[in-house]
Amino acid sequence: MSEYTYSILLGIIIGTLTRVYMLRTDYRQYPTYLHGKIIHIALGFIAAGLGTLAVPSILEEDFTAVTFLTIAASQFREVRNMERNTLTEMDSYELVPRGKTYIEGIAIAFESRNYLVIFTSLLTTLGYIMTNLWGGLLVGVIAFFLSKILMAGGKLEDIVEIEYVEPRFDGSGLYVDNIYIMNIGLPERRKEVLRYGMGFILKPKNFDSRSTIANLGQRQAILHDVSTALGVYRDSGTPALVPLAKRDLDDGRIGIFVLPQERDIERAIEIIGKVPTLENAIRMPTERKKKEEGM
Amino acid sequence: MDLEKFILAVITTNPKKVPSGVAVFYCDNKEEMDKVTANLEAILDGIAHALTEDLYIIVKH
Repeated sequence: MSEYTYSILLGIIIGTLTRVYMLRTDYRQYPTYLHGKIIHIALGFIAAGLGTLAVPSILEEDFTAVTFLTIAASQFREVRNMERNTLTEMDSYELVPRGKTYIEGIAIAFESRNYLVIFTSLLTTLGYIMTNLWGGLLVGVIAFFLSKILMAGGKLEDIVEIEYVEPRFDGSGLYVDNIYIMNIGLPERRKEVLRYGMGFILKPKNFDSRSTIANLGQRQAILHDVSTALGVYRDSGTPALVPLAKRDLDDGRIGIFVLPQERDIERAIEIIGKVPTLENAIRMPTERKKKEEGM
Repeated sequence: MDLEKFILAVITTNPKKVPSGVAVFYCDNKEEMDKVTANLEAILDGIAHALTEDLYIIVKH
């Protein structure tokens, strides 16, 4: 055993634990049970190993060894591709698809989590070598919580107010509040839609969030999350029963129309609030003004 | 470029309002029209939209 064995061991353990912690299967049901998890824990273990080994390599003045971190980078970019491809393939068989923006968001999260693991392991090992076991553990715990903060993104409830509105028909047009959703011809279908349908109005809290929730990918993500959590009254061959989100052009409010199997208003509002704001959908038009003023 | 929306069939009780170049189903009354539309909707996997009271179209989205 070399002098670094224990520090490397600690780095790998803390790193892998960080990955396991970040790998929570929640109501969105992703990653799927067991097999999907094993892949990511194994990759997390590799990431932890790579991050840990960088420290002794530098201390031993074996600087070329650090270049393997670049291999790690390309390896984890591959993880992102893998996630993107798998999810895109599966998306066509979902009753309510996730949409490309959501998939890209998930793929980016998987890649970046591996980098967070590298970062955690690196700091833990460094802490151990510089001080002692307790120093290493302390640094590890701090890095662990830092990763947690860095990992968590914004939630929809931070940027919009959510309100339940009973959907209604005006002639053959389906409306949520004053937002036109779609035209449904058959009276029989209209009855179904009114029996199962639920409408929600998302009112943006500021000008930035108005552009964010206007993003089609963000809207699809909301529909997918609600349909996953509450079920969906829909089948192939019934294209009329489709959850939709439309925008009020005047004030940027979004009308959400969903057909859940479980009509629980409070839970639905909670779920919509917990939908992540997708990185690729976030717009900040007001930032531009600020910068111009500052110049 | 792929067509995203396409009218698959027209169902009407008013022969005067029928467009050309698309499959048309004449019906005698509203009841028959609803029935035919419900069937066609299921068969064609499209959505039935009402343009006016006596004219339905089935659209593939």
